[in-house]
Amino acid sequence: MSTAAGDDRRIVGGIAALGAITLLAGGALAGLFEESGKDIATIAGAFDVYHLRIAIFTLWQALLSTVLSVIPAILVARALSRHPAFPGRRIILRLFAVPLALPALVAALGILALHGRSGLFANLFAAAGLGRWPDIYGLAGILMAHVFFNMPLAIRLTLGSLDTIPGNHRRLAAQLGMNAADRFRLIEWPHIRSALPGIAGLIFMLCATSFTIVLILGGGPRSTTLEVAIYQSLRFDFDPAKAVAFTTSQIVLTVIAVTAFFRLGQPADTGFGPIQSGRVYSRPGHAETVFNGVLIIAALLYVGGPMVAIAAAGFAADLVRLAGDTAVWAATAASLVFGFTAASLSLLVGLSLVATRMTLQQRRRLQQPGALERLVDAGSGFILVIPPVVIGAGWFILLRNTVDVFALAPVMVITVNAAMAMPFVVRVLRPPYDAARIRHDRLCTQLGLKGWNRLRLVDWTVLKRPFATAFAFAMALSLGDLGVIALFGSDAVQTLPYLLFSRLGSYRTADAAGLALLLGLLCMTLMFLADMPKGDR
Amino acid sequence: MRRLLSSLISPFFLAATMGAAWAASDSLTIYTYDSFTAEWGPGPGVEKAFEAECGCDLKFVSVADGVALLNRVKLEGAGSKADIVLGLDTNLVADAKASGLFVPHGLEQSETPVPGGWRDEMFMPFDYGYFAVIYDTETVKTPPASLADLVSGDSDTKIVIQDPRTSTPGLGLLLWMKSVYGDGAAAAWEKLRPRVLTVTPGWGEAYGLFTSGEAPMVLSYTTSPAYHMIAEGSERYRAAAFSEGHYLQIEVAGLTKKGGTNPLAKAFLEFMSGPGFQDVIPETNWMFPAGKTSKPLPEAFGKLVKPAKTLLFSPEEIASNRKAWVDEWLAAMSR
Repeated sequence: MSTAAGDDRRIVGGIAALGAITLLAGGALAGLFEESGKDIATIAGAFDVYHLRIAIFTLWQALLSTVLSVIPAILVARALSRHPAFPGRRIILRLFAVPLALPALVAALGILALHGRSGLFANLFAAAGLGRWPDIYGLAGILMAHVFFNMPLAIRLTLGSLDTIPGNHRRLAAQLGMNAADRFRLIEWPHIRSALPGIAGLIFMLCATSFTIVLILGGGPRSTTLEVAIYQSLRFDFDPAKAVAFTTSQIVLTVIAVTAFFRLGQPADTGFGPIQSGRVYSRPGHAETVFNGVLIIAALLYVGGPMVAIAAAGFAADLVRLAGDTAVWAATAASLVFGFTAASLSLLVGLSLVATRMTLQQRRRLQQPGALERLVDAGSGFILVIPPVVIGAGWFILLRNTVDVFALAPVMVITVNAAMAMPFVVRVLRPPYDAARIRHDRLCTQLGLKGWNRLRLVDWTVLKRPFATAFAFAMALSLGDLGVIALFGSDAVQTLPYLLFSRLGSYRTADAAGLALLLGLLCMTLMFLADMPKGDR
Repeated sequence: MRRLLSSLISPFFLAATMGAAWAASDSLTIYTYDSFTAEWGPGPGVEKAFEAECGCDLKFVSVADGVALLNRVKLEGAGSKADIVLGLDTNLVADAKASGLFVPHGLEQSETPVPGGWRDEMFMPFDYGYFAVIYDTETVKTPPASLADLVSGDSDTKIVIQDPRTSTPGLGLLLWMKSVYGDGAAAAWEKLRPRVLTVTPGWGEAYGLFTSGEAPMVLSYTTSPAYHMIAEGSERYRAAAFSEGHYLQIEVAGLTKKGGTNPLAKAFLEFMSGPGFQDVIPETNWMFPAGKTSKPLPEAFGKLVKPAKTLLFSPEEIASNRKAWVDEWLAAMSR
């Protein structure tokens, strides 16, 4: 086992990271509470029938979205893990990261280009004389968009956990002549199951806090989430008391739901060994190959279809003029700088949390995880349910008398983006990090390798790939973010999504489509770069 | 840990010191919304014209829209750097006055530049527009001729509207319905509901859905077709003239307490109703000028719908009823 001093350092790092996140969230809520006049009665007054109705809808649509994203994702991830040589596999995986960077509106338009009233399917339907294509507006539309965003994410994260299956397990499965069902039950499922609560929790939170999708595809105010109410109370009514009430509900309800996920999926002891994810010890049978191929292609069509529509609209824009537009260059540069900084910060915080969690797990051996371990693992992820608009407004109130809040906007954008990307970083880093720790701890203790040297000489060989992926995820998320800027957006922080919306807000729809294409391409490039480091083959 | 904390905190201090570079004596700071200061917006032209006249430095600070603008000023309170806040509309005026952050401008509004002669001791109009239903001539052959037509028309010809809880045009349609239907507004909304394809958070999303062909009608402004005529040379999108009249939106600017002590601020408000400002409004802000222009309106503006009647609630009526009216809308649209 590693040294006690090293353990303590790791734990302190995790506590610091947790503290920073708590400060970010707690400070914001304190600021709003302050501004609301600290009037508990007014805050309590916001708990009415409307509040109850939207709370129920929020949870219901998030639960359905999670189930519909995660179950297909498990099957597709399994299929991808069984076929490392599937044609175009790497491109498919990169493509699956693009929705992360797409502003919700862009994705909605892409989905509507296929499934909408005047979409491709509606036209084919009409041409075939089948009458009117059913409208997707309502719960169906919301779910379709959430699956578009989250199924690919779930696939990548599940695949990440399948990649940590030790080679000897695979070999054993092959030697024992296990069929697909047995292999799934005995080898793959325990790995998936240990990662599942985290993945499902993450997606649940993303869907629970959905806003633009819910309004645009929800078809009317029947589809209203708590996030809409929070946005309305801060952005439009400026009623901090209400914002505090709605945010509190959002936090409490999501914590309950996500805790339930963790209760359902008890972490399994999956065992570790050399990973060698690229090796195939047994070829899938003919039937399984067909089944897996169909799954992968179906997922690709579902996710790729709207992206093709987005790209097609983008290519129809006057790209030459956009390329010569200094505002576009400035926004691209701003987005890249903010994204890079936020992703670095996010990686630092995420790694601290992951390292602390593993250290605590090793310390307790077989006992139940303690409160700190739970906090650094899933607990930190709850930052996702605190809307960026709340963080922005709360900190604005706290700091307005001491610093120049104009100049603060970039700092706010970076900090909030880093915090919001952190749960993704944790999900990507945790499986390979834990595996590396278990595999290398004894070796490193024997060699006396610690800290930076250990990371550089030993762990880095297996971790550079996940690090690159986590960084790319975090940066892609930041690229597409509009959250904090929505309230305090100013000329100081003209990012790409901001520019996209400002073009859209002044009749320049084609420009907006061109910028969406640019965002997508940037994200593809990021994922391409993240695939550059060679794995541990 | 120390490194992490310092990396979190140090940018705050950096930001604080950077802010000190702002204050200057012969300068004027105007808060506005960002489509005003965009390169295609009125901002650049206005800045050039005013700076040439005053020999001073005009600084625009922009936020997303009129509502964000008021919230920003309210949040900043007395510490705000704004001399002038430009880009609120009359629906926000009562709220803005209640904040106690604005002072009377003391200027004579010599003529009555906006329909209905709206005037106020604290806020000066700088442009105006009417809400309208814009339709696609390729799919809508007989556009609705009245709000009543819209409400009772074929539910298969859809319209995209904006949410009054989150957007100014959304609130505009709500007030329009209220001013025509009064107590019957809830019933009218229920009747209109099947025609509403979806309700978007803001104008941009709705207009994007409309131009992408998803819906044949959208709530926008009578001036929207002017953009398509002038910038795109297309007459495909037109506004439907409604016999009950159209609801008016007036955009205003006001003097903050800080601006009250800056002589440049008052000079700007006077400049605002003259040609240096008003000439650029039609083709950059796509609204009607609320003051003297040195040239006639562009030809395309002559082809726009001229409302039979102007509808407008007073800021006080809106302030005291908005919540109840939005709740009424919510109930009717959620059933």
